[in-house]
Parts: sequence; structure tokens; C-alpha cells
Amino acid sequence: MSSNEHNETDNQVVPVTQTSSEVRLPNSQLPLHVLRRADVDPIAAGRAERQVSIMFLLSAVFTVLATITFFAIPVDKFIRVPGAGVTQASNLALGVTLGLAIFLIGTGAIHWARKLMPDDEVIQSRHSYASSNQIRESVMQEIREGGIESGFATRKIVRRSLLTALAVLPLPAVILALDFGPMPKNELRETLWTKGMRLVTDPTGRYLRPEDFSVGSLVSAHPENLHAWEEENHNLNARAKTSILVVRMTPEQLRTSQGEGWDYQGIIAYSKICTHVGCPIALYEHRTHHLLCPCHQSTFDLADSGNVVFGPAARRLPQLPLGVDEEGYLVALSDFQEPIGPSFWER
Amino acid sequence: MSTEITRGPVDKSIDGGIKYLDERYGTSGFIKRNIKKVFPDHWSFMLGEIALYSFIILLLSGVYLTFFYKPSLIEIVYDGSYLPLKGIKMSEAYASTLEISFDVRGGLLMRQVHHWGALLFVAAITVHLLRVFFTGAFRKPRELNWVIGVGLLVLAIFEGFSGYSLPDDLLSGTGIRIASGIALAIPVIGTYVSFLVFGGEFPGLDFMSRLYTLHVLIIPGIMLALITAHLMLVWFQKHTQYPGPGRTNNNVVGYPLMPAYMAKAGGFFFIVFGFLVLLAGLVTINPLWAYGPYMPDQVTAGSQPDWYIGWLDGGTRIMPNWEIVIAGIGTLSLNILIPAVVVPGIMFTLLALYPWIEQWITGDNRAHHILERPRNNPNRTGIGVMSLTFYGLLWIAGGNDIIAQMLDLSINDMTRLIRVAIFVAPPLAFVITKRICLSLQHSDKERLLHGDPTGRLLRLPSGEFIEVHEPLSDNVKAVLLARTELPMLQPPAEVDQSGVKTPKLWAKKLQHRLNRWWYVDQIPMPTIAELEAAKHHAVHELQEAQALGLEITHDLPEPTKSH
Repeated sequence: MSSNEHNETDNQVVPVTQTSSEVRLPNSQLPLHVLRRADVDPIAAGRAERQVSIMFLLSAVFTVLATITFFAIPVDKFIRVPGAGVTQASNLALGVTLGLAIFLIGTGAIHWARKLMPDDEVIQSRHSYASSNQIRESVMQEIREGGIESGFATRKIVRRSLLTALAVLPLPAVILALDFGPMPKNELRETLWTKGMRLVTDPTGRYLRPEDFSVGSLVSAHPENLHAWEEENHNLNARAKTSILVVRMTPEQLRTSQGEGWDYQGIIAYSKICTHVGCPIALYEHRTHHLLCPCHQSTFDLADSGNVVFGPAARRLPQLPLGVDEEGYLVALSDFQEPIGPSFWER
Repeated sequence: MSTEITRGPVDKSIDGGIKYLDERYGTSGFIKRNIKKVFPDHWSFMLGEIALYSFIILLLSGVYLTFFYKPSLIEIVYDGSYLPLKGIKMSEAYASTLEISFDVRGGLLMRQVHHWGALLFVAAITVHLLRVFFTGAFRKPRELNWVIGVGLLVLAIFEGFSGYSLPDDLLSGTGIRIASGIALAIPVIGTYVSFLVFGGEFPGLDFMSRLYTLHVLIIPGIMLALITAHLMLVWFQKHTQYPGPGRTNNNVVGYPLMPAYMAKAGGFFFIVFGFLVLLAGLVTINPLWAYGPYMPDQVTAGSQPDWYIGWLDGGTRIMPNWEIVIAGIGTLSLNILIPAVVVPGIMFTLLALYPWIEQWITGDNRAHHILERPRNNPNRTGIGVMSLTFYGLLWIAGGNDIIAQMLDLSINDMTRLIRVAIFVAPPLAFVITKRICLSLQHSDKERLLHGDPTGRLLRLPSGEFIEVHEPLSDNVKAVLLARTELPMLQPPAEVDQSGVKTPKLWAKKLQHRLNRWWYVDQIPMPTIAELEAAKHHAVHELQEAQALGLEITHDLPEPTKSH
């Protein structure tokens, strides 16, 4: 330790300055202990005793009430409480009765302690927990000796081979973790969208036609096979990737697109999944054509290729090329041309 | 008061129990040493107690919830008694949470006790941490317990987040989606981490049961062990105390464990418990039935995490959209990594290391059992307020959409404002706090030297006006004089006596500079001579006042005994 540190070996503090320590001496007694009324007046003591026992008894009463409540109020009964709205009656009644039953035990115990138990402040001295230098030295000595006796300190090869063995032992734990999930393949780049896949609304599953869209309207849509896929796979993985927002603009409003001919008469489709951390984007301001993510307020301009205009997202929303099939329904012209959702290293 | 203790049947069985245990485990020695253990009393010492009691309540209510909850993402059609969701497809997790809320008597109460308890738990830990920080309770010999406490805070935040995610309602699922986005942003291995955590693509079917094991077994298990260690160290090292009459660095002044402290602490557990049950009965928390089941393509506006995640969310919101694409190698998402990984990592590391950082600057290697008043360490207090300002701004940023809406501001302007404020406001807070502390030190010195002004003016025969000052009471003096001063470190020698260059000279020089900065503004404590002179002056002043017929209610101070 450097010489200019202020060292105390045994935790006992010697005041450093001349000022405070000496002046503090005359004050180092406790202030006078003031007796409470209950200490001197048996009537006050009796009153405190009654107050404490009333709290305890009231607690027991509330426990009984809570038990009655449990049986008496059906769990599906709702009541309107002024100021609090509609609430589950049994929750309210149980909460109040049980809460008071518990609370009153606490107030009773503390009232008891404050009024009737001794309240003299007591001084206890602190003992240094550091051992004497002698003991400390002998411990160091014994550990050194242990190292020598066991050979750990002297037999280099044994020690190093043990440390090597221990160092590689965690490897199986890492290997075991590798089967927590499959290795990523192309999942982050592919979705259910393919050429000619029809757009359907969610959850009704109705096919969408260009005539369904007036200028400014916004519709959330899925590929037509999503429902069948979910019936087969029983998870939401596809839904987390395929979801799109479809919107119609006039040709003048639509300034740029991510690809030539990706809109159909001003109807465009963008991935609904934010490129920041993957929240679904839901807030569309149709005057500015801005789409705002409610999670972190990344804002995308749908009239300008879905580019980022504000917020923490770094990449534009991927656009889904749209067209119409021979029956006049809106279809995708291909899958997304870039990965949807949050960035990842291999993008 | 010694009352005659009659030995009834109860006493006899207690005696028997003590004898039984002592013969087998020698427990009486331990009990003898500890039953009258003294604990100092102060309202701020109850903050840690609140955290401890909330943890116990969380264990109790949590165990109850596990009896009903199903950590499964298998889709089922809801057929419970909550009519608005009847017939809707949802995960078993969400359906079982609805069952707890609407089909189990007292289930909703337990769920709300658990949620309120979690909010209170993290809040109590946070405020307890602030108390420990601002009073310097983390100083030697309590540094390791500080680190345990920081570890508990981190675990509590993770535990809270994992619990929030279990119901699989729309809000909690959105939180998990964000977590998956953060996992994907990890450089090089992010995609693999995400696939291993979620058992494939997000959301998959695996994460809920894994999260559940973390939430009900692993994290609370570690926390229980750490809390035990935390309390054992407090017990062993004895509690710190505030300065006051009779309190020194070598004693503990307070109430013995048996009976008063035991009754108060035990009673306080019931108060915290009762309070949470009342709150759960009266105030709805997390009405997840209103959000609907999680769907990865649905979200609600104004989605908010629980309060202790808000600052992380806020950092993610105000971060500029920096993403570096290293051609042919990979994509580095700084817009996610910096606010979600780097900044919290630095914050918690600095927090955990703070005791050693301060010790290195001050060179103070003494053991401290008397708490320091925040004003007496202006730099530490300044650093604390600075950090709180930083945290607070991130927290505000986490609610920027709601605040912007309430105040009718542009959310973009508000975000830009916080982006600037996060760099400007904390240093400003430091400077202001430090100045306030120094002014308070100055006022303490004034009070020690001159006493408290009474507002009574006297005109002396010479025509001079004086204000009569009242001497401080011994209790106040004991507090004001408890400040200890350390001399500044000496500048390091470039070479030692035998001419060898000092190793790591630059570090020692830096330490010296920081040490100077730490102490240079401190208002020095009055010296004995100054106090003595002030006392003579006060006596003189009061005598003059008395001579003029002013009634003096206080005794004249006696001159300090010379040593």
C-alpha cells in the first residue's frame, strides 16, 4: 500500500483532525431518557394495553370477515365503485378484509413496542472484527504450508494439468446448450410470401381487391396460406414475419418506391414489423404518410420507399411488390427482397 | 423495572426447548450473544426492510400462483368465464392467467399482490441503495455488501421483467419481442443466441417454459442466497448509525433486538404485507384481460413496461439510428447495443465499483460506522444527484410518447430535447448539488461558531447593533461536529530515496489530482481556537445583553475545559 494512504490496521479509527475529536468529548453521552406517559401513569399504560388488544381483536374479526367473503361473494360478480370503475367484487372485499387483518397485527405490534416495551437507548460497543496480526500471519503460514504439503505449490506439472482439466471442463456445458434450438438457416430471410400469393385480411381471411381501397385507407393483411400454415405448425413464427400493411395513395402522393412497378395503382404494401427491434407498427398518419412504431417511435415514410424519417430504427421498412391476378385479387409478386424485422449480424 | 417472573407451563416448555437445542447444537451461546443485539433506529433504515419483506411476500404469493399458472405457448381456445375473450385463440399461459384472475377465488388478489409487491420490491431496493450511497454506508468495511446489493438490484430487474413476460398478454409479448431484437443485435453470435434462447425463430414454443424456470427457480434461488449473505453481513458487522450525541465510531446506540426491535421489525412485516394486500384489493394493476392475447402482428399504442424497465426503454427510444454495415463481415446495430447493453453495463459496473473508486481518490482506508451527512461529502452527493438526473432523463424518455401527448408537444422535439439534456443536465446537476452542499457546510460552521440567530436585535451603549445568538444544544453540536476531515494526499515522489523511479507514476499523479479536486473546496471545520474564541464572544455578547435587561433563557456556555 502506498505511503500516502491513511491506514488503520485494526479498524479502530483515530480521529485525524485536532478539531472535532476533542470538542466532541463533552457531548459523548446519550441525551436524557424521557419517560413516556405509560411508564409513569398506570391509567395511560392500561389505555395503551387496551388499544393494542383492540387492534389484535379487530384483526381476528377481519380474518373471519375475509373467510365469509370468500364463500359469500361469487368470483364472477362485478360491481361499480365510484371513482374506481368496475371491479371484481370478491377481489375488493377480500383485499380490504384480508389487508386490514394483516395490517392490524402490524400496527398492534408496533403500538405495543412503542408504548409498553422498554424504550431505553442502549450503547453497545463495536469490536474490531479483524484478527490479531499473529493469527493472520499464522493463517497465511498454514495456507502456504498447505500448498507445499499438498504439492500444489511445488509440483508444477500436477498443478498445471489440473488447471487445464478444470479450464476445459465447462466446454460440455456449452455443447449441451447448442441443442437449445436449431441453428439458424434461412429463416430470417424468408417468409410465406411467394409470387402470386393472395392477400387476405386478418382475422376474417377475406381476399383483398384493389376496389377495397380508397385513398388513405390502411389495412393489415397476411398471405392466404397463413391460416393453413398455423393449423399445421401450431406456432406464431410465420405470423411474426409475414404481416404487412397495405395502403393506397394517389400517384402524386407516392413519391418513390423500393422497386419499379411494386405498387398497383397506388396500392403499396410494407412489412408491418419494425426494423428496429421488431414491434408491429400500428400508427399511421395518413396526411403525412408517416408510420410510427409505438414501442420506440421510429417513423417511416410510406410515400418515400418506407425510409426512416425519425427514431432509432436504422433501416427502411421492406416493401412487398404487389400486383393483381387474373381474377382481380391483390397478390404478392415475390417474397420481400430484403430481410424483414430487426437487424442481425449476418444481414 | 424488575417484575417477578412466575414460571408457568409455557415457560417450562420454552426452557425445555432451549435445553434440548443447546444440548445438541450449543445454540445458547449464539442466542446469548445476539438476543440483546442493538440496532440503531432511523426511518431510513426501514427501506431495506421493506425490500426484504416484499421479497418474502413475493415468494408466498408467487408459490400460490405457480399452482395455477401453465408456462405453455400451446394455442387453445379460451372457454373461461371472462366473456369478452370467450372463443378466442390464445396460449395456455394467457388462458391460465385469466383463470387465476376470473375463476379462482382470491386468485386475482394474489396476482395483484404479486405484481404490486414486485413494483414495491424494486422501488424499495432502489431507494435503499440511494440511502446507502448518499450516507456513505458503503465505505470500508461494507464494500462487499454494497456489491451484493448491486447484484440483487440487477437480479430484481431481471426477475421483474421475466415475471412481467409470463402472462403472454399483448403487452408482455411485446416486451419479449424487444428482448429478441436485442439478442439479434449482439455482434457475431446474436442470431445464434436468439435461436438458442427461443428454440428457433421468434416466438416459437419454447421460451415460456424456459423463462418460467428462470423466474421461479434460478433467479429467486440466487437472490435468496444473496439476501441471506447480505443480512448475515449486516448482522456480523453491526449496523451503521447516524451521528448524534453519544454515538461514536466504536459503538452502536439503539434498541436491543429483544423485545422492542423484534416487535417493531416483525410488526413492520405485517404492515408492509397488509398494505400490499389492501393495495391489491383497491387498485387494479396490469389488467391483462384488457390487452388480449399476444399476437406478433398486434400492438397497442402507448405500451409501457413496468417502472424499473422504463429507463432502458427510454435509452432505446432516444438513441440515434446508428447502424454500421461492415462490408462482407456483418451488421453492427449500435442503435440497440449502446442503449440496451453498453450504457447499462457501464452504469452497473461503475455502481458496483464505486466504493473502490472513492477510496482510491480519497485515500481513506479507515473503517466507518458513523454515516456521513450528504453535505459533508459534496462530490459524492454531486455524483449521486448527477447519476439520478441521468437515470431520471432516461426514465422520462421511456414515457416520451405519453408525456408528449399529455403536454401536447411534438414527440420528435421532446426526443431531441432529451438527447441534448442527457449530456447537459447531469453535469449541471453535479455543480449545483456540490455548491448547495458547500453552502450547507458553511452554514454548519457558522452555527457552530455563532449559534443560531434569534432575530432579537440589541443596541449597545456604544450605538452598535448586535443580534442575539442562541448557543446550539449539545445534541445539535454532536451532529455538526461528527464530520471527520482527512488531509489531502501528498504529491507522489518521482523517485524514491534510493533513486528508483516510482512505479505507475501517472496513476499516482492522477490520484493526487483527483484527491485535490475532491477536497479543495471543503469548508474547513472550525479549529478549537476558533470555537473557543467564538464561545468567549458569545458569553460576552450574552453578558452585555443581560446587562441591558434582556431575559436570557439559556445557560451561558461554559468555557471548554482545556486539555
